[in-house]
Amino acid sequence: MQIEFIGAFQVFLGVLARFWPVWLAMAIVLVASFNFRKHLGLYGQLFDSGVGIAGVSICFFWLFTAIFAAQVAPFDPLAQIPIMKDALPGAIEPASKQVYLFGGDKLSRDVFSRMVFGSQIVLIIAPAATAFALMVGITLGLPAGYYGGRIDSFLSFLANLVLAFPVILLFYLLVTPGIMDTPIPYAMAGVFFLFPIIFFSVLFYTRFKSRPERIYLLLGLTLLLGGWVYVGLVFDADPLGIISIDPNQLNIFVAVVFASSPGVFRIVRGLTMDIKTRDYVAAAQTRGESPWYIMLWEILPNARGPLIVDACLRIGYTTILLGTLGYFGLGLAPESPDWGTAIKDASRLLRSFIHPALPPTIALMSFVLGLNLLADALREQSMKD
Amino acid sequence: MLSFVMRRLGTMVLTMLCLTLVVFFLINLEPNLKKLAISQTEMRTTAEQLESWLQRNGYRQNFFIRYGQWLGVVQKQPNIDPATGQAVARFRFCNEPAVPTYSGVLQGDFGCSTKFKTKVSTKLFPALGSTGILMFWVLVTMVPISLLIGILAGMREGSRTDRTLSVASIATTATPEYVSGVIFTVIFASWLGWLNGSAASASQGITFYNFTLPVMTLAIYGIGYIARMTRASMVEVMTQQYIRTARLKGLSFGNVVVKHALRNALIAPFTVIMLQFPWLLTGVVIVEVMFRYQGFGYTLVEAAGNNDIDLLLGCSLVSVFIVLITQLISDVGYAYLNPRIRVQ
Repeated sequence: MQIEFIGAFQVFLGVLARFWPVWLAMAIVLVASFNFRKHLGLYGQLFDSGVGIAGVSICFFWLFTAIFAAQVAPFDPLAQIPIMKDALPGAIEPASKQVYLFGGDKLSRDVFSRMVFGSQIVLIIAPAATAFALMVGITLGLPAGYYGGRIDSFLSFLANLVLAFPVILLFYLLVTPGIMDTPIPYAMAGVFFLFPIIFFSVLFYTRFKSRPERIYLLLGLTLLLGGWVYVGLVFDADPLGIISIDPNQLNIFVAVVFASSPGVFRIVRGLTMDIKTRDYVAAAQTRGESPWYIMLWEILPNARGPLIVDACLRIGYTTILLGTLGYFGLGLAPESPDWGTAIKDASRLLRSFIHPALPPTIALMSFVLGLNLLADALREQSMKD
Repeated sequence: MLSFVMRRLGTMVLTMLCLTLVVFFLINLEPNLKKLAISQTEMRTTAEQLESWLQRNGYRQNFFIRYGQWLGVVQKQPNIDPATGQAVARFRFCNEPAVPTYSGVLQGDFGCSTKFKTKVSTKLFPALGSTGILMFWVLVTMVPISLLIGILAGMREGSRTDRTLSVASIATTATPEYVSGVIFTVIFASWLGWLNGSAASASQGITFYNFTLPVMTLAIYGIGYIARMTRASMVEVMTQQYIRTARLKGLSFGNVVVKHALRNALIAPFTVIMLQFPWLLTGVVIVEVMFRYQGFGYTLVEAAGNNDIDLLLGCSLVSVFIVLITQLISDVGYAYLNPRIRVQ
C-alpha cells in the first residue's frame, strides 16, 4: 500500500492546529497576566522585558502541552503501526487518515505524539525533584551557614563529597536495574522525603508556637498530608491507593535529588552566612527569638531572590540530567517517550534518518532555554530592587 | 600558603578515600556481583556455579579486606586450585602473582579489567591520553571564544551587542552535549557533508574532518557559562572608580579596557574555567559515546555497563582526582592572581 504525504506547509499548519488547546490556554493566561501585571509582584514584573516574556511564554507552552498532552497528540506514544516504519514527516496513516506530522521512528511510532507525551514525564519529574532538592538544601544549608563550626564543616564535607562525584558516574552507580533489588533507593527516598515534612513542621512550629489554635491545625495538616505522601512514595503503601510511584521512577527521582541538593546547600549556606550579619537578624537575636525562627522567618525570606533564580536554572539543569539518564538508557523504560530516550534512539540512526532526532532535541533545548531566560529576567528584576 | 595547600591536600586524600569506599560498596552490591559472575562464566550456569566462581575469585571475602587489598594495605591472596591444592594466579590474563603480595593502588597496581582481559593501567592510561588530546582542543577553542564574547558583552553593559551576546550565551547553556551533538551532526554531517559524524578513526590520526564535531559539541556547552561569568565580572570592573579615573584622564576606551579592566576582570573566569573541568567530564562521556571516540569516557561507560570492578574503580579514582585537583588549582590560582587575598 502506498503512503500518501502532505506538503511541508501543511505539516506546519497541522502542527499549529494540533496545539490549539495550548494556544488557547496560553492566550488566556498571558493576556490576563499582562493586564494585571502591576498587581502580580515579581511575576508581573517579568512582563516588562522581552526576555521575560519569551521565557514565560516558552515555559507556559510546555506546561500546557504537558497538561493537554492527550488532546494535542493524535496517536498513542507507544502504539506501533508497522506500515509507518521510518515514515517521513507528513505521512498519512491509512487506517485513521491522521497524519504522522513529524514522521515515524524505527519502531513506527509517531514522533510528534512521543514528543508531546515526553513533555509530561519531564515536567513532572524535573520540577518535583528540584523542589525536593531545594527542601533538602535549605534545611541543611541554613544551620550550616547560621551556626558555622562543626556542623558546617561536617555538612560541607558531605556536600563536597557528592559534588566531587562526576554526575555520570553517580548515575551509573545509583540508577541500575540491580540496585532496585537492594534497599538503597528506598532508604535514600526515606531520608529525602522526610525533609519537606521536617521543613514545614519547623516552619509552622517556630512561627505559631504561642498560638495553639493555629499550630495544632497546621502541624496536624502537615503531618497528615506529608505522612500520607511519604507512605505512598517510600513504602508504596498508600491506604487510599492514590499515590504511588513506579520503582524505576523513584530510583531516578532519588538519584536526581541526591545529585542536585549539594548545589542548593552551598548556595543557601553562602546566602545565610551573608545575611546573618544584617541588623534585622541582630534585632531578632536581641528579641530572644529561637535560632530556627531566625533562620526560617528572617533569613530565608530575604534569601528568596537568588533562590528563585537558582530554582529556575536548576529545573533546567535537572531536565538536562534527565535527558542524560535517558541518553544512556538508565532508569527509564526503553519505550518511554521522554526526550532523552528519544534522542538516544534517534541518534544511533542519524546516518539514515534525521527526522526522528530533531523534535525531541529541539523540545528539550527550547524548554531549558525558556527556563534560563526566565531565570535571567528574574535576576535582572531582583537586581533593580 | 604552604599550610593551606597541605591542609587541602589532606582533605583531598580523605575525600578520595571516602569516595572510593562508596564506589567500592556500590559496585560490590549483590546484584552487581551476580551480573559480573554471569558475564564472566559466559554460559548458562546454575546458581551454585556462579556462587563458586565468586567464591573462587575472592569476591566473597570480607568487604573491608577486599577494599584493603584494592588499596594495597592488605595482601592479595592467590587462588587455590581445588584439584591440585596449588596456588594459581587469580586472573591469568594480567599476570597476577601466585604468591600473596601487597599489590594495590598504593603500589601502583590498579588491578585487572575483567571486560577487556588486561591490566587496568594498560587500558586506562592510553584512554586518558586520547581524552587529553580532546580536552586540549576543546580548551583551545572554548577559552578564547568565551572570554572574547564575555569581554565584548560586558564592555558596554546594556548595549545591543551585550543583549545579543547574552541571549546567545544563554542559548548555548541550554544545549547539552547530546542535543548539540545531534544538531551539529544533522547539519554538518548529514546535510552539508563537510564533517564526519564519527570520530572512531581519530585514534589512528586526528584530522579536521573527524575531530571537529566532538570538539565543537563539547566546547559549545561551556562557552555560554564562561562567557556569562566573564561578562558579569567585566561589568563589575567597568563600574569601578579607577576605570572612571582612567577615562577622565583621557585614555581611549580601547586602552582602558585592555590595560586597566581586562586583568582584573579575568580573575573570576579563571576560577570558573577551572571548575568547569568536572562539568567537562560528564560531557566527555556523552561526546565520546556519541562519536565513538575511544577515550576515558568510553572506557567508563564500558566498565560501568559490564560491572568491571577494578576498571570502574580506576575510572572513578581518576575522575575524582581530576575534580579535586582542579578545585585546588582554582583556589590557589585565585589567591595568587588576586593581590587582596595574596597579602592576607
